[in-house]
Amino acid sequence: MNTPTDRQTQHQQANKKLVGRLVLIVAAMFGFGFAMVPLYDVFCDITGLNGKTNSEAVSTVAVDADLSRQVRVQFVTHNAKGVAWPFQSSLPSIKVHPGVMTQVEFVVENPTNRPVIAQAIPSVSPGLGAQYLRKLECFCFNQQPLAPGERKVMPMQFYIAPDMPNDIGTLTLAYTLYDISNRGDQPANAQTAAP
Amino acid sequence: MTSMTEQNDIAAQQHDETNEHHHYAPKGIMRWLLTTNHKDIGTLYLIFAFTMFLVGGAMAMVIRAELFQPGLQLVDPNFFNQMTTVHGLIMVFGAVMPAFTGLANWMIPMMIGAPDMALPRMNNWSFWILPFAFAILLGSLFMEGGGPAFGWTFYAPLSTTYSSDSTALFVFSVHIMGISSIMGAINVIVTIVNLRAPDMSWMKLPLFVWTWLITAFLLIAVMPVLAGVVTMVLTDKYFGTSFFDAAGGGDPVMFQHIFWFFGHPEVYIMILPSFGIVSAIIPAFARKPLFGYASMVYATASIAGLSFIVWAHHMFTTGMPLFGELFFMYCTMLIAVPTGVKVFNWVATMWRGAMTFEVPMLFALAFVVLFTIGGFSGLMLAITPVDFQYHDTYFVVAHFHYVLVTGAIFSIYAAAYYWLPKWTGHMFNEFWAKMHFWCSLVSVNVLFFPMHFLGLAGMPRRIPDYALQFADVNQIVSIGGFAFGLSQLLFVVVVVKAARGGEKAAAKPWEGAEGLEWTVPSPAPYHTFETPPAVK
Repeated sequence: MNTPTDRQTQHQQANKKLVGRLVLIVAAMFGFGFAMVPLYDVFCDITGLNGKTNSEAVSTVAVDADLSRQVRVQFVTHNAKGVAWPFQSSLPSIKVHPGVMTQVEFVVENPTNRPVIAQAIPSVSPGLGAQYLRKLECFCFNQQPLAPGERKVMPMQFYIAPDMPNDIGTLTLAYTLYDISNRGDQPANAQTAAP
Repeated sequence: MTSMTEQNDIAAQQHDETNEHHHYAPKGIMRWLLTTNHKDIGTLYLIFAFTMFLVGGAMAMVIRAELFQPGLQLVDPNFFNQMTTVHGLIMVFGAVMPAFTGLANWMIPMMIGAPDMALPRMNNWSFWILPFAFAILLGSLFMEGGGPAFGWTFYAPLSTTYSSDSTALFVFSVHIMGISSIMGAINVIVTIVNLRAPDMSWMKLPLFVWTWLITAFLLIAVMPVLAGVVTMVLTDKYFGTSFFDAAGGGDPVMFQHIFWFFGHPEVYIMILPSFGIVSAIIPAFARKPLFGYASMVYATASIAGLSFIVWAHHMFTTGMPLFGELFFMYCTMLIAVPTGVKVFNWVATMWRGAMTFEVPMLFALAFVVLFTIGGFSGLMLAITPVDFQYHDTYFVVAHFHYVLVTGAIFSIYAAAYYWLPKWTGHMFNEFWAKMHFWCSLVSVNVLFFPMHFLGLAGMPRRIPDYALQFADVNQIVSIGGFAFGLSQLLFVVVVVKAARGGEKAAAKPWEGAEGLEWTVPSPAPYHTFETPPAVK
């Protein structure tokens, strides 16, 4: 027979079970919030959606140059807030054939009287074009220590993948320069800094 | 097998226990601090929510006073930003959500024939941590450097690199609010799943119960994500992580993705229970059963499901690729289908009904019309190409105030007037209640409707100053704002009068009302349905 106390304990057991499951969902969703961070990076790496370029040098593979068309690549440089170091590319823009290796120089200067560490963060517009801009060498792969007053010429080598869709005629590669001298942590890109 | 005598003994013993409990029930403040009674906790939630509504409303008055004229006259821009931020946080987490939880506490056990919520002690906790959360949040306003000033959406890097030193307090208060709503949601789910009266099958549940069940699932799915994202803000600001800092390999746009993955379901958390309320009130005063009950349930569930795949419509201008824009645009527009089903069902319920226009019905009708206006401006915002013009303008402000003030808050008023006789045992003063309704209705439209035009003309949101050509319309808007703010004080008058006395309310004061809550006397006794009722 179901006495009221029996019913109560039954209820309590059922409640406990359900609460347990719901707490699991809560914990899983809390984890999911953090899992979105690597998921986002992986998703953007694969699709190039947010204009991130490769953070490690691509291995040189022979690619056939596509001499039938030219793509304009524009170079934009910004300083992050609080950074007042002259930072420029040697060229505002360049026209290249897809598949042809090109080198561009960027110049940065430390006008202060203290040693600093700079980190450039690249971003490509339109975002979908980012995955076709392949860099063999970039100063943005490494942290750039600058002695007081030092002027540094930094090379950047890239080619445009020939399979880039024809509707992308211009790529804008923007670099933002950050002062990371006082940061305790290592930026994600620094792992690849081994020479 | 238990013999009859034993059963009787147990019943008698239990009866004694309840009596004993009554004897030792604490009085005064301790009664409220220690209570595990769903009706007490519901009342606490409702009073707290209304208090916060007035506090957040006072901040809105500061905003509208500053915007009465172009130029800076009353407050400095940093304080203005704190007002817009804390106004939003308080209204979302302090007013609308606790008000719905209060209604759930009061009504869900009575609607499903349960004696109380399933987890009464946790219920006490989930309420009593809330005042601390808001004390911390409001306290941060008085700290050096001010409180949060980055908008209720706390986008990085505004909330990390550029925020004031009190940001940790903001983060902890959001954590506490989140824990409170998660506990509340778990309680609602367990109550509905386990404590329904034996004959209360799923498709007999009142729609308020259904919509709250779905809302509770949304809450336990997204509040943890909010807790995660505020934690990331905390560690980015104070512990040197780089979740959202490009210099350290993070991405500030990712903040927006995580935030809006929480944020979009959150806006449905604030409207689904309204759908349930209106679906209870319109049939009662049209004296017809709700049209399309099953379709209402499925529409609610589909709105909740879709809410997880539309978040990036808040981010059309972040430079998303075309495919992403199209995907989020079409998914967003798809939400109009189940919402349309609901609106048409309400209209069909009224069709050829014997309608009367008591105050709950007036608020419910205003809800249907004005929420639909908010829904339409939402559709306009969903169109990606035009969103580039509307983004971050007063058009957006008009849109979400139509769905949250004339949507969520009007439905809460409708619910309060509908169930006030059940709560207090007295009929409210109809004249002052109608005054409250008509003053609110007129002023709320004077307040928010012209904002559409301001937005279309290009006035950006969240700024303390504006170009001269917006001056006239802003004055009208501010006057509407002050009138709306004052009108809400009438509600205090009505509720206090009804709580103190007035015409005795019958068990079922509304002729056409349906549901178990009307089978118990008014005011509802402290303990109801200790034995499960029979359900038709």
